[in-house]
Amino acid sequence: MSSKLITTDVLIIGGGLAGERCAIEAAAAGQEALILSLVPPRRSHSCAAQGGMQAALANCAKASGDSPTVHFLDTVRGSDWGADQEVANIFAEEAPIAVRELAHFGVPWSRVRGGKNHYFIKGEEVDIDEDIESDGLIGQRDFGGTAKWRACYAAAGTGHAALYAVDSEVVRLGITVRDRTEAVALIHDGSRCVGAVVRDLRNGSHFTVMAKATVIATGGYGRIYGQYTSNATINEGTGASIALDTGVVPLGNMEAVQFHPTTLSPSGILVTEGCRGDGGYLLDKNGDRFMVAAEPEKQELASRDVVSRHMQQHMRDGFGIESPYGPHLWLDIRHLGEEHLRTKLLEVWDICRDFVGRNPAKELIPVRPTQHYSMGGVRVNKDGQAYGLAGLFAVGEASCWDMHGFNRLGGNSLAETLVSGRIVGREVAKYASGRELQADTGLAFAALADAEQRAAGWLARSGAGPNVYEIRDAMGETMMHKVGIFRNGDELGEAVAEIGQLLDDCDNAVLRCKDPGVNPELAFALRLKGMLRLAMTVARGAQARTESRGAHYRSDFPLRNDRDWLNRTLVRWGVDESEPSFSYEPTGIVDLPPGHRGYGSDERIEMTDTLDHYNEDVLQVQTGHGRLASTEEMGSRLKRGAWKAVTG
Amino acid sequence: MSDTEQARRLRFEIFRYNPEDENSEPHTDVFELDETPFMTLYIALNQIREKQDPGLQFDFACRSAICGSCAMMVNGRPALACRTLTSDLPEKIQLYPLPTFKLIGDLSVDTGTWFREMAEKTEAWIHERLPFDPDALEQRMSDDVAAAIYEGDRCIECGCCVASCGLANVDDTFLAGAGLNRVARFMMDPRDSRSDSEWFDVVAGDQGVFACIGMMACEDVCPKELPLLEVYAYLRRKTLGARFLAKGDKA
Repeated sequence: MSSKLITTDVLIIGGGLAGERCAIEAAAAGQEALILSLVPPRRSHSCAAQGGMQAALANCAKASGDSPTVHFLDTVRGSDWGADQEVANIFAEEAPIAVRELAHFGVPWSRVRGGKNHYFIKGEEVDIDEDIESDGLIGQRDFGGTAKWRACYAAAGTGHAALYAVDSEVVRLGITVRDRTEAVALIHDGSRCVGAVVRDLRNGSHFTVMAKATVIATGGYGRIYGQYTSNATINEGTGASIALDTGVVPLGNMEAVQFHPTTLSPSGILVTEGCRGDGGYLLDKNGDRFMVAAEPEKQELASRDVVSRHMQQHMRDGFGIESPYGPHLWLDIRHLGEEHLRTKLLEVWDICRDFVGRNPAKELIPVRPTQHYSMGGVRVNKDGQAYGLAGLFAVGEASCWDMHGFNRLGGNSLAETLVSGRIVGREVAKYASGRELQADTGLAFAALADAEQRAAGWLARSGAGPNVYEIRDAMGETMMHKVGIFRNGDELGEAVAEIGQLLDDCDNAVLRCKDPGVNPELAFALRLKGMLRLAMTVARGAQARTESRGAHYRSDFPLRNDRDWLNRTLVRWGVDESEPSFSYEPTGIVDLPPGHRGYGSDERIEMTDTLDHYNEDVLQVQTGHGRLASTEEMGSRLKRGAWKAVTG
Repeated sequence: MSDTEQARRLRFEIFRYNPEDENSEPHTDVFELDETPFMTLYIALNQIREKQDPGLQFDFACRSAICGSCAMMVNGRPALACRTLTSDLPEKIQLYPLPTFKLIGDLSVDTGTWFREMAEKTEAWIHERLPFDPDALEQRMSDDVAAAIYEGDRCIECGCCVASCGLANVDDTFLAGAGLNRVARFMMDPRDSRSDSEWFDVVAGDQGVFACIGMMACEDVCPKELPLLEVYAYLRRKTLGARFLAKGDKA
């Protein structure tokens, strides 16, 4: 077989936590797994998760009474009722197993110290006795939007420790990882996916991988916000983009984009929510703790969408600190003390020293909200099977599974990568083990020829034309300023027009570098159109959704509208179509009825339908939208009414 | 930098070679840039690529000094480019790729292969005592032990220590700072079932801690400030102990 064609049982696109955990599960079930990764897998963006991983272990005093059911409740409320409640329940039940499994893989979780412990809660110093019986069990810290302390952590390097432990399992199992490779197209016949066309980022050549099952695990699409993101430079949404290119796979809830309250101004580098969980607070230019008045109950630990909006509004009202890069606010963690900062928040200490030249034990940290997480992604059923294309799966941030709805809680993404990696890996193995590889090489080589032609087309274009980096920068400005924290119909309309223009510009852009080999300008140019198409699905999805839910806030439609919008956006982009097409499906079977989140606004437009009626035809409607059958029937893992026991 | 000061004109001398281009020869190119406040090498290199030479190859991912992608030789010293402020450097800035790793092009090197091989060679994973039981409570560990393991786990595999190592530059089998630190991290982990004498071959051989020639540039250049001197002392102590134990076994 030619070196242009590789075969494997399971192809995993993306070497972060979700992809690697999925590969482990498939390999352990006897399937040959191949991981493609843009970077050596330990450099994946999972390593940037700092403060914690949510799982209801309930080992420390302030976690007492926690359970998967409470975690489920927090997650659905956090999602502003956008989540699939069955998926949220599966997640909450399996998160403790995933945390303990990571301990087994070697993660040095912080542990409970029995006896007197010194904490800061809502700005007050308190001493709490930890049960001596709990000494040595995995500890928890507080995070936003949760009723209990639930975030398990390893200092502020939780993602790093988790990724290294999981990658060491990948090495132990001998799973092949091809780093510096990028999937640029899926190979499919319109109903089944059989692999991907790959560009080798060491030498610029293309090859194909044919597999029984293909998994997209490429993370989020934060870089469509240009420089206004905490995401790594590699989070360009390539997986969602190649799924959209098929024309048959829908993306879910693309307009649901999270802005993290505390990223460094101006670089956008993340400063963990663990700072506020451990007792840090926000200050304005007058030194006032404005979040106490804004959210008396949760204060700085309301959900991220709520805190980010209060911050943005407070800066608009003139209470920000002016800088050459625009206004910012202060994060104050001085009172936590140098010892705490240099152990439990060590990575924050390093980041402050390296990027703003400040000592956080003595000085304030300049922060502002920035794009952080993509709730939207490849729409999948509860097994991780993509809508519309058998044999294609998606997992982690790249997917819309959908446990986050319109706002993800801090620490739930790290947990999702491991929980869904386990579950989807199992389903992928099941799918692959019952099948022979259908090596339709004609299909593969046609897709390969297309990809090579696309690259050659870029190199052949000459003369004067727009520059790809300028198009990228313009996209970032449009997305942050017109599809950002506060949105409205007028600006969204402008954004749609601007992105449309940029798509045209992209078709006329000209490369200045024609070098053979990987050619960094070409590598970026090949992604740019896909990024613009994702940006268009976000902007148009936001334009169409005339309500406010979670991170999607419309100043012109400020209320959550459960009467008309208790649904999930699906967007497909037909091959040869100039516009994406939208449809809407029920979020899933709704067990916890829509209500107040416990923070943010309590005003909303109530549902007029009955829950029974809403739930009646969920399966039928979702199937009509391309959902493929799951191994177990819909709703089988929803613990109906369990929440009643913990809501009092 | 205050507004009244004249911005510096920075002069970058950058190593260039594209192995995929048969016309390419190793050489250096010079680029000039006006310095701006808080300019890092991440900002500077992207400006050079986007405005002056779109073919320039280098690697960044997190740009916040945690992923380890961007190590390079900065004025002769290995460093993470993303956290290097130009204000800490003279006006003339020489950038070369890390030695000891295979060159991909210009400033980009293949650290992934080196670190994967090191992990395979040292079997850098927990050698489990029992299979995972999803229904069991986690094994207890004191927070102090967890903190000590975490300290060793903080290595980001950037390769600065390897590039700075006198021995690794002439012997590509030497484990170097990152490899030895990785060994020590698993050695001190009570969850790992390997005994000190099982570790002996890995640590005491020609590629292990006793081969180290003690120049300690590794500790000086480590961007995470890992206490490598202490790590090597720990490994020597444990290995010698294992040697005596092994002799005792035979007697």
